[in-house]
Amino acid sequence: MNSSVSVLLFGITRDLTGQSSVSVPLLEEARVGDLLTQLHQQYPQLAGIRSLLVAVNGEYAETDQILTPSDEVALIPPVSGG
Amino acid sequence: MITLTSDPIDITAALQQLQSSQAGAIDIFLGVVRDNTQQRSVDRLEYEAYDRMAISEMQKIADEANKRWAILNYTIIHRKGVLRIGETAVLIGVATAHRADAFEACRFIIDTIKQTVPIWKKEVFTDGEQWVNAHP
Repeated sequence: MNSSVSVLLFGITRDLTGQSSVSVPLLEEARVGDLLTQLHQQYPQLAGIRSLLVAVNGEYAETDQILTPSDEVALIPPVSGG
Repeated sequence: MITLTSDPIDITAALQQLQSSQAGAIDIFLGVVRDNTQQRSVDRLEYEAYDRMAISEMQKIADEANKRWAILNYTIIHRKGVLRIGETAVLIGVATAHRADAFEACRFIIDTIKQTVPIWKKEVFTDGEQWVNAHP
């Protein structure tokens, strides 16, 4: 069964895509790494960013974490607070 | 106490909240907006945050600081939105019995915020703009 996950975008990722959230189709049991691959295919302009991390439900996630459609997923470009 | 706010930071109120009769030292660090970076003239900074995660990551940093040092009171306040030259973008305050702990904890908190907390700033120059740290 195919499903999709909604991904929140901030900072440079929002500027580059022109959207504050995007829907990404995923296969069942897709992992964070699969999501990143999919996003880079959908939005080649993301390749210009120094690094991209993923947060799942408000926590930094490893690339092997499995995603579910109800997860709150966010793309985290290099932070620059302070 | 941890705050993420669009309102100007009230330094006097933060100091009052830090005070403790057991404190021999109170350190307050202010991160402020300067008018230039890498020889380019800055007009303003625009901050945005992934609010819920920014707050939880700042809480983790405060919890770690509390483990490492004997902190009596602390406060972390971070701005978001548009900030002009001279405005306070971040305030870190730590009260401890002795000054070494206050200096070290304050530095740890601001240094770690810059590494892990999902807050982003865009520098808007008089002749362009860029998201800080985003490019290779």
